[in-house]
Amino acid sequence: MFEKFKIRAEAVGSEVHRFKNRTEALDFITRFLKKEGVSDAPKSYALWADSPFLNGVDRKSMEADIPGLKFDITRQLAADSHVGISEMSYALTDTGSLVADQSAIEDRLVSTLPVIHVAIISTDNILDGKAAVFKKINPGNSGFIAFITGPSRTADIERVLTIGVHGPKRLVIIFVDDMGGSK
Amino acid sequence: MKKKFKDSIFTAVNNPILTGALGKFSEAYKINRAKAYEGIDFEALRQNIADRKAYAATHLDALAAAFKINAEAKGAKVFKANSAEEAVDYILKVAKDNNVKTVVKSKSMASEEIHLNKHLEDMGVSVRETDLGEWIIQLAGQKPSHMVMPAIHMTKEEVSDLFSKEIDERLSNDIPQLVEVARNELRSKFLEADMGISGGNLAVAETGSIVLVSNEGNARMVTMLPKIHIALVGIEKFVEKFEDVIPILTALPRSATAQLLTSYVSIITGATPNTDGTMKDLHIVLMDNKRTEMANDAKFAQAMQCIRCGSCLNVCPIFRLVGGHVFGSTYTGGIGTILTAWFEQLQNSEDIQGLCIQCGNCKEICPGKLDIPEMILEIRRRLVVDKGQSIAQKAIFSVVNNRKMFHAMLRTASIGSKPFTKGNYIRHLPFFLSDLTEGRSLPAIAAVPFRDEFKKIKQPKCSEKIAFYSGCLIDFAYPKMGIDLVKILNRAGYEVVYPQDQTCCGAPARYNGAYEVAANNAVDNIKALLREDVKYVVSACPTCTVALNHEFIGTFESLGQTEHMEDAKKLAAKTIDFSVLAKMLVDEGRIKLKEGQKLGKVTYHDSCHLKRTLKVSEQPREVLIRAGYEIEEMFECDMCCGMGGSYSMKQSQILKIPELQ
Repeated sequence: MFEKFKIRAEAVGSEVHRFKNRTEALDFITRFLKKEGVSDAPKSYALWADSPFLNGVDRKSMEADIPGLKFDITRQLAADSHVGISEMSYALTDTGSLVADQSAIEDRLVSTLPVIHVAIISTDNILDGKAAVFKKINPGNSGFIAFITGPSRTADIERVLTIGVHGPKRLVIIFVDDMGGSK
Repeated sequence: MKKKFKDSIFTAVNNPILTGALGKFSEAYKINRAKAYEGIDFEALRQNIADRKAYAATHLDALAAAFKINAEAKGAKVFKANSAEEAVDYILKVAKDNNVKTVVKSKSMASEEIHLNKHLEDMGVSVRETDLGEWIIQLAGQKPSHMVMPAIHMTKEEVSDLFSKEIDERLSNDIPQLVEVARNELRSKFLEADMGISGGNLAVAETGSIVLVSNEGNARMVTMLPKIHIALVGIEKFVEKFEDVIPILTALPRSATAQLLTSYVSIITGATPNTDGTMKDLHIVLMDNKRTEMANDAKFAQAMQCIRCGSCLNVCPIFRLVGGHVFGSTYTGGIGTILTAWFEQLQNSEDIQGLCIQCGNCKEICPGKLDIPEMILEIRRRLVVDKGQSIAQKAIFSVVNNRKMFHAMLRTASIGSKPFTKGNYIRHLPFFLSDLTEGRSLPAIAAVPFRDEFKKIKQPKCSEKIAFYSGCLIDFAYPKMGIDLVKILNRAGYEVVYPQDQTCCGAPARYNGAYEVAANNAVDNIKALLREDVKYVVSACPTCTVALNHEFIGTFESLGQTEHMEDAKKLAAKTIDFSVLAKMLVDEGRIKLKEGQKLGKVTYHDSCHLKRTLKVSEQPREVLIRAGYEIEEMFECDMCCGMGGSYSMKQSQILKIPELQ
């Protein structure tokens, strides 16, 4: 399932990584944020929206380790961020899409305004397509259900595919096999 | 045809940038679309969509009521606007009540339909389109030329000029750089705006949800950042159940842009939190604007099954030459012609309906199973009922209506056109037919028509008989084809009869909305062809075959005539296309072909009517191969040749384009 998803997601420009557990994923994210030049200055922040993945993570020491990384999210900070991190609920192999209830405004801000969206997802939650995911989601409980498939794109000028119009220019997907105590 | 319309066609077809961009796109689209649908049973999928949408179209009031209850239970305000005016008034009132100064919009064709931007701007509200294509169009002061790709008619150079002016800085023609300019310019507008306006790709009655499909991410911003969100949704977007979204979401991106899924799909149900912790002021305007009337018309109810993918534009051989602006209205292309006739008025479609060449490409690929060519013919018929035909057309059809006069005239044309004939083609035709040859060659009228040649053919006596329907073209232009056909059928052991009373198949009249004339042609032919008891009625002209097979019945149905219906069905059951018959006779061994012949390479061009209406494409190829030919397929072997029968009488400007010749 993972390989199938990876092929579809990469075909639409997503970057796909997979880690055994949360520790390895956290390690990667820390290195990634540093490499991307995240710093405590406008246009360089990294915002991390609350999610089960963060349960038990020492946020204070992470903020100290990566200046510019913030867990308290505002509209202005989101507009000034380089990276946004959120957790998504499902991955679909047929289209390479991620799906989540994004009723929480923080989830939408960090996955829409920054240049890079890092999406964390449990490897267990890969489904084969829309029919399967529609059984799991319910608009009665979720005011904003989001499907995200690759980075923002347009072909409105001369039909030339161009990445990153209004939304993120990069979508980095991080699969975690063992979510540990986070679920 | 109005002069303004004629001029706009002339401008469009002589714009190499436009025709180049559209041509390139439509060639690539076909391949990419097929790839996007790999592994999907398209026929099953579109039947599924058509069923669900048809259900919604017949339960509009119930679905609107359910939608209102369910969306309002989740904190949305739902307003049902019966007319464009009511929709505009409501939106202006919300803007006024909330002291709205700035609006950001994601793409909404419904808002174009009611000219919403102009109304808001007249009130002093600044409106910013944020879909890149729509923004380009807004800066250029134009209308979208395509419902999915609004700025497909513009070049990067033109976009660069527009953007340079807007930000007061000379920009290059580099597309990524231009996109970056849009990102930066529009980002602050999103953050500042008081109100967001979106459309809606679907409205789900049982949950009160609206579904937004987009690629750029602007719809997410428009619905998230301003505290007020108005979604303007045409009531054709209703589906009953949440699960109805699945098939439509499967087809829409594949048909629209050949994507498996767009970058973003947002399912919004009720009010969600704003960035300051308050709840969104969400208004959903359900707009009718004559949609119910359309849904209640037996011939046009199917138009409610449209999911607005725009694929009928993408495969249209005329759209690729003229683009969208020629249509002059909000909605363009085949579906646009139908929507214009309803949302505006029938008369507004008078010129544009004539652009349809009836090739059937759009019907093949429509994910909502709309028969657009059939609906356009119905528009033509109603226009003729309303206004009558033009004088020139009336003259032509009064002749076609009278077989003897028509045939006498064609014989005269043979003599009359002698001085104009060059090789086997006519460069100039006499009489009212002169328009036909303006800029192209037509087959020369033969000195002796097939109906006379036939009498000279000596046939062997056979026990079985086949009647031959020649159609005007074989009768008067290509009699040799008819003679060969008789020889082949004789070899297969059939005697061919040629009823001399047969006349024009009625297609030209029907395709011009003159159904009464077409019905008279049908009656004459039915009588002539059923007089003798034959095994088959064979035709070698696909347009005629379609007439005998389907359209006589359809014309009678449209006119409510029942007298000859049974005979029309009898004739339809006997009618067979020559290539299908030939294949059958070869298979049965009644025609024996020499084994191991090497006759060289040929290519085969599919006729619109044979391939798409009669679904015949393999048989002629197989017969050619069995005879010893090697088939080398040509590029776009089934693209309309552009002759379009009598189409050429009306739209000669389009047909003069080399690509079609």
